[in-house]
Amino acid sequence: MKTFLRNLSFAGWISFIGIILVFIVAIFAPLLVANDPMETDPLRRLSREEGFPLGCDQLGQCVYSRLIYGARLSLIIGFSARFSALLIGLAVGLTAGYAGGWTDWLLMRVVDMFLAFPSLLLAIAVSMVMGSGIKTVVFALAIVGWAEMARIIRSSALELRSAEYVVAARTLGASHLRIVLTHILPNCLPLITVIFTMGMATAVLSEASLSFLGLGVDPSLPTWGGMVASAKDYMLRRPELVAYPGLCIAFLVIVFNIFGDELRDILDPSRKGNW
Amino acid sequence: MLEFTLRRLSATIPVLLGILLIAFIVLYLIPGDPAQTVAGPRADAETLARIAEEMGLDQPLHKRFISYLERVFQGNLGDSVVSGKPVIESVIEKLPYTLKLAAFAMTFSIIFGILAGIISAITQGRWLDRVCTFFSVAGISVPVFLSGLVFLYVFGVKLRWFPTSGFAADNSLMPFILPAFTLGIRSAAFLARIVRSSMIEVLNQDFIRTARAKGLSPARILFKHGLTNALIPVITVIGLDLSSYLNGSVIVETIFDLPGIGRFAMDAILQRDYPVIQGIVLLGAVVFIMVNLVVDLLYAWINPKIRDEMLGKLAR
Repeated sequence: MKTFLRNLSFAGWISFIGIILVFIVAIFAPLLVANDPMETDPLRRLSREEGFPLGCDQLGQCVYSRLIYGARLSLIIGFSARFSALLIGLAVGLTAGYAGGWTDWLLMRVVDMFLAFPSLLLAIAVSMVMGSGIKTVVFALAIVGWAEMARIIRSSALELRSAEYVVAARTLGASHLRIVLTHILPNCLPLITVIFTMGMATAVLSEASLSFLGLGVDPSLPTWGGMVASAKDYMLRRPELVAYPGLCIAFLVIVFNIFGDELRDILDPSRKGNW
Repeated sequence: MLEFTLRRLSATIPVLLGILLIAFIVLYLIPGDPAQTVAGPRADAETLARIAEEMGLDQPLHKRFISYLERVFQGNLGDSVVSGKPVIESVIEKLPYTLKLAAFAMTFSIIFGILAGIISAITQGRWLDRVCTFFSVAGISVPVFLSGLVFLYVFGVKLRWFPTSGFAADNSLMPFILPAFTLGIRSAAFLARIVRSSMIEVLNQDFIRTARAKGLSPARILFKHGLTNALIPVITVIGLDLSSYLNGSVIVETIFDLPGIGRFAMDAILQRDYPVIQGIVLLGAVVFIMVNLVVDLLYAWINPKIRDEMLGKLAR
């Protein structure tokens, strides 16, 4: 950890601080808001009233407070989606990479199938089957995201399979499960950290796109994507209402992308500069 | 090459079948009775049973899948529940808009992406490189719907440089410029990164030093020796991007009100027109697989070293 922080570049530091900042906002959201983010009032419609730092949206809800709570939803959904995707990706990727042969061939063809679907449309189809809600969005994004993770983890496991310490452990009579869990998995961890961080950017972006199209979580919940969608109808009168949530999404995605880049350069120098 | 082609194809066919299976299952899992949808909410039980039989809904699942396969291979993607028109017909009707959009977006992204990548590579570490790098990170991070709305507002509404509608009216290309630009940003940013890193790698190689030692002009080294070699990985990226345009076009066409495939998909989603959604998702996946197949084959044909590498991967 110490060497990691020392190796961080300027851009890396900025993005690291940015991520921490968004986490703090998300955790302490109830303390930071000015008003109840869900409270509507037709009289305050699109107004710039005192006590509402960024004004009100088309339902008279406090824009600032909704932005604050939006950070929470983005992080919760992004993180859960990535985590679920990681679990599936680990199971499939480690099995395929370690087992090799037919198992590998078959599992990789399944991965190919999932990679082939247009991800946004697949996520939409999944959320239509399951009905709207946070769980649905998480599930849809996990279904869309696991295949890429599985493929990367698999190629790493495939390399590690023939590492000397793995062969040694096998000779000593260690079970396959033990080898995978104690020798291969820990050595994949740097790679997993990198793809998890980069994937957070994709997950946040996809969630925002789903919400923007009105197919994410309940539209009354304060999501950044949903806020852009409802503000766009009033764009000519109050263009800044599109800009605030839009810039929040862009900021969060940018910091995750830069930080992911930085992590990759430090943890996996051989791939420096590539994506 | 023949062995490679056969092996690559043998990996493609099961994937295609699997995709059909997934598309079939998703439609099967969607809540609601398709017979009820066709018959309307007030149909009696007898009518429902008759329609279910006509649609083959009383058959066991595997038989339905097989007849589904038969239909798809005949080019029949079913009929829209809303308009009653065959899905494939509407797709063909709307395809030109999306193709035009994608072609423009790709042109934009290739021009800007490669240019920015080259500039970045030759000014490596200096401020111009940093500016390009920042813009490429921003380009992949800013959501398509945000950049689309900003362009629409700034260039369409405020500055009035581009029309904001009128796709169907005439054959003018002007209305396509803003949407294509919006759609192309992301892939331009991606391309810039790939071109930058592959260019830097190539420029550090021995044959470039030799060329420099021979006294060739910097421009000649850069474009003839550097770029032609650096562009090889770019082919893959362009191939992958082409298929990601379907995702982007859903949002871009919705924002700019462009009557293409993406808009068609979005309308179908809002109207719960399942056969249409299934058809478009399926087409998207098939296009993706085909594009990747072609890219891989091209790649292997151009570079035998890569072919052997990929052959090893497939055989494992």
